[in-house]
Amino acid sequence: MLSGFFIFNAKGEVLISRLYRNDIKRSLSDLFRIQVVSSTDVRSPITQISGSTAFFHIKHENIYLVAVSKLNVNAAIVFEFLGRVALIGQSYFGRFDEAAVKANFTLVYELMDEICDFGFPQITEPEALKMYITTEGVKSEKAVLEMGKQIAIQATGAVSWRRPDIKYRKNEAFIDVVESVNLLMSSKGNILRADVSGQVIMRAYLSGMPECKFGLNDRVAVEGGEHLGRIVPPTISSNKKGGSSTVDLDDAQFHQCVKLSGFEESRTITFVPPDGEFELMRYRSTNNVYLPFRVNAIVDEFADANHVNYKISVRSLYDAKTYGQNVVIRVPTPPSTNATKIKVTGGKAKYVGSENAIVWKIARFQGGQEYVITCQAQQGESNSKKPWSRPPISMDFQVVMFTSSGLVVRFMKIFEKSNYQSVKWVRYLTKAGTYQIRF
Amino acid sequence: MADAKFFTKGKVQELREELAAADKRDTKHTKKRIVLKKIVANMTMGNDMSPLFADVVAVMQAPMLEVKKMAYLYIVSYARSKPDLAKLTISAFERDLVDPNPLIRALALRTMGYMQVDKLIEALANALQKCLADKDAYVAKTAAISVIKLYTYDRDLAQRTGLIDKLRSLLNNENSMVVANAVAALSEIAEKTPDFDMRMDFTLSSKLLTAMNECSEWGQVYILESLLYFVPQEHGDAEVVAERVMPRLQHANSAVVLSAIRVVLYMTNYILKDDIVNSFFKRIGSPLVTLLHNGPEVQYVALRNIQLILQRKPDFLKNDIKVFFCKYNDPVYVKIAKLEIMFRLVTDDNIEQVLPELKEYATEIDVDFVRKSIRAIGKCAIKIESAADRCVTTLVDLIKTKVNYVVQESIVVIKDIFRRYPNKYEGIITTLCENLDSLDESEAKASMIWIIGHYSDRIENADELLSHFSDSFKDETSNVQLSLLTAVVKLFIKRPTKGQELLPKILKWSTEDVDNPDLRDRGFIYWRLLSTDPVAAKVIVFGDNPPITSEMENLPSQTLEELFLHISTLASIYHKTPQMFIGGLRQKKVEPSAAFVFVTSQPMADTWMAMFCKLKVVSIKNHLTF
Repeated sequence: MLSGFFIFNAKGEVLISRLYRNDIKRSLSDLFRIQVVSSTDVRSPITQISGSTAFFHIKHENIYLVAVSKLNVNAAIVFEFLGRVALIGQSYFGRFDEAAVKANFTLVYELMDEICDFGFPQITEPEALKMYITTEGVKSEKAVLEMGKQIAIQATGAVSWRRPDIKYRKNEAFIDVVESVNLLMSSKGNILRADVSGQVIMRAYLSGMPECKFGLNDRVAVEGGEHLGRIVPPTISSNKKGGSSTVDLDDAQFHQCVKLSGFEESRTITFVPPDGEFELMRYRSTNNVYLPFRVNAIVDEFADANHVNYKISVRSLYDAKTYGQNVVIRVPTPPSTNATKIKVTGGKAKYVGSENAIVWKIARFQGGQEYVITCQAQQGESNSKKPWSRPPISMDFQVVMFTSSGLVVRFMKIFEKSNYQSVKWVRYLTKAGTYQIRF
Repeated sequence: MADAKFFTKGKVQELREELAAADKRDTKHTKKRIVLKKIVANMTMGNDMSPLFADVVAVMQAPMLEVKKMAYLYIVSYARSKPDLAKLTISAFERDLVDPNPLIRALALRTMGYMQVDKLIEALANALQKCLADKDAYVAKTAAISVIKLYTYDRDLAQRTGLIDKLRSLLNNENSMVVANAVAALSEIAEKTPDFDMRMDFTLSSKLLTAMNECSEWGQVYILESLLYFVPQEHGDAEVVAERVMPRLQHANSAVVLSAIRVVLYMTNYILKDDIVNSFFKRIGSPLVTLLHNGPEVQYVALRNIQLILQRKPDFLKNDIKVFFCKYNDPVYVKIAKLEIMFRLVTDDNIEQVLPELKEYATEIDVDFVRKSIRAIGKCAIKIESAADRCVTTLVDLIKTKVNYVVQESIVVIKDIFRRYPNKYEGIITTLCENLDSLDESEAKASMIWIIGHYSDRIENADELLSHFSDSFKDETSNVQLSLLTAVVKLFIKRPTKGQELLPKILKWSTEDVDNPDLRDRGFIYWRLLSTDPVAAKVIVFGDNPPITSEMENLPSQTLEELFLHISTLASIYHKTPQMFIGGLRQKKVEPSAAFVFVTSQPMADTWMAMFCKLKVVSIKNHLTF
């Protein structure tokens, strides 16, 4: 297990250092500074030092979260733990960066003592932690004792992510289906890979201990014969290829509140949700991916004349009723580009030297539209011509009420002892993961 | 809270005075809090605050949790350097250990456990007798971890006091978090103590599996990891356990997923029917691929483990090759790991898609990645005969880019292609010869020289080229020298008139001027061979080379089998067994049992194959120069 945990800033200064075991010394942090922070060429998230010692690091905002182990530790647990530290930090401080760590360092130490004991990760649910590790400070002795008993029971219980005494006047649940669509298209226009990784984010503002049952148009579940009412009709009309479509999920992963044995047996998703926002499930789909945009690029490189000509068209393939927003197309230009000529049929485009790209922005992109950019990048006369690796054209976008996988929420049922009425809302959003077109 | 201001260097003497001053008229303890913050900030910055030990001990009793926690943090950090003063804290801890608030009891216990000081270790052992039986789960789960602390400091004491047996009995605790921590502690004791009996029977495993449903994600990992101590006695038991673990593959936490996969793979050793084993392999594929949607660090862990599984099951994930295509902005360690998987999965059917990818990668910026991509193209040519033409064309295109390291790497792999397909691609030698001047790496030089020597009858100016290389003979590395020596001998045998000038020079240098016994010996052998029996010399020097294959990079099957027991750990990332980088660990083995399935053909064949490959590698290295 872990022998120690450190937080470094970008300069390599130690912001937090917590040793869990005596098999390492504080001065070990110098080695990390030398081998990782000051190194320009870090080739692994795991740095092995003198045989058994290994550093694991992730970068978060402008800080490094680092764990050290001297055993044959489970690497996945270490990285998950570091990721969780970042998440807890965000949950406590909004942002978890150098300033936040410095401004709250005693609280961070307190958390590090609580969430990990002798290198074994312990209670890491922000909701549970916030019950007894607070920024507020002093409380009356009696209250502390009463709460202490309560908290201890809850934090170690089977539903550690939820307090039993939550009350809302209006019971609401918001479900956001957020998909990232990944595309890699070859220079010849063939789709090399297209897949979707999706998340179902839920914000639950529900009283008591509600038991939720959640249904998707998952092919396996639907064809299993269950037919329950929908809360929201699928307004995602562009997905209507063949009427009542179902979606084939390659795989799904769930928040720890979901009863996994139930999903394995009957594809039902049942759970007692944490209070507030959480990621209910994550899924992946590679079959029948609906691409929101098609890009056609003609790029001619004139090495002798030191310039490159582009003609790139982007067409939206989703329904005309919906729209994409914050669409950004990055067209890479050769290094040492010193002049560009740009013409667009929509949106705004300009050359951004620091990114080595022409950045074309279209604030609102209605379905079924097409825009074209024609441009030229002129290279400076330089003797030392660096080779241009021609990075792919990349896109960024958000398309509302559209899912690239075709996934639709069929129902969300909420059962609670007191039998209250609850309101449920569903939204869909597809954004670009890595959406790249080679040329 | 703008506590950042405390990160300024403070002098010990000043802090001491401040702390003493703060102790007076500080009913709300706010002054003490501020001074302690300064002290903790200075500790963090690496300034030695140990002289303040006595002063901090004096304030640790303040009835304010925040002050107490900071004081504890301080004491834990310096206890070992101030053992005598550390003793003074015992009474305070003992008072806290009987506090009605479970959070305070647990905090005291946890903190004591961090102090590796004789008297405190004894006090900890005493405290544990009671705390392990604490009705409050929060205290009990802390006590379970404290046993492993005690065990780490003083094994004898832990055993003598019967605490390990008490820890074992916690496995029956009704709270699953307590169970999980007890399992974690016991597993670590077992790992560090070769004679510690950790074996579990089916009943206990089932009980743990039930407890797992209610555990936190970390607890689930601890339980899953411990299931490797269950040795099934019947095939059916192994199947049941594997089946019960399967739902964990849907967990959002990658550590849970990978640990579950480790259990399933372990259980396959005890499952008789091949089709059941195969179906398990099939079902772990998809969740593994899903892990590639995590951050790059977790992706890396997943990819290194997929590489291991592919060595056992080469057709595993064969339809998923596209998910391993590199994204432009993947970190380089992810790209390189994906590249190896792509190579393992490449077949006749998908080479169409893979080759353009590899060519794309070969034009990227990261030198190491580019080189590995070129190697992969070469290996594809060797692995898939029908694609060799296209691979060679691609390599020739790459050589035409004239990028120095691209050219050199291409030449190295082309040499292997020439050996795999003799008399097929000699047409490209001209292109290769155009790039002689850019060669400055020894491996590339040696390869080029091998090519020139081997085809010296077809390269018109072979003598000039070799003579050009030999100008710097004495400054070259030994592999270039060896290669050059053999090449000149080959030239002489094929075209005596062309080689007669160069040969004596090289033989003289090799045997007289260079201080390398290998080179000298080889020089003498050639010399005598050529002077006694030129015909035999030809037979020997141009003898058949052993065939070159692409399947040489598998781990020995015993190592692989052992690594399967370490899925997701550092060992699985280094591809080395734990004993190779950590001392004093128990070696994990697949224990034989009535249910153990001894797969006669495969592992044995693998072992032979692995040994054979090793021999081949050695012999090829020698033959390279012949």
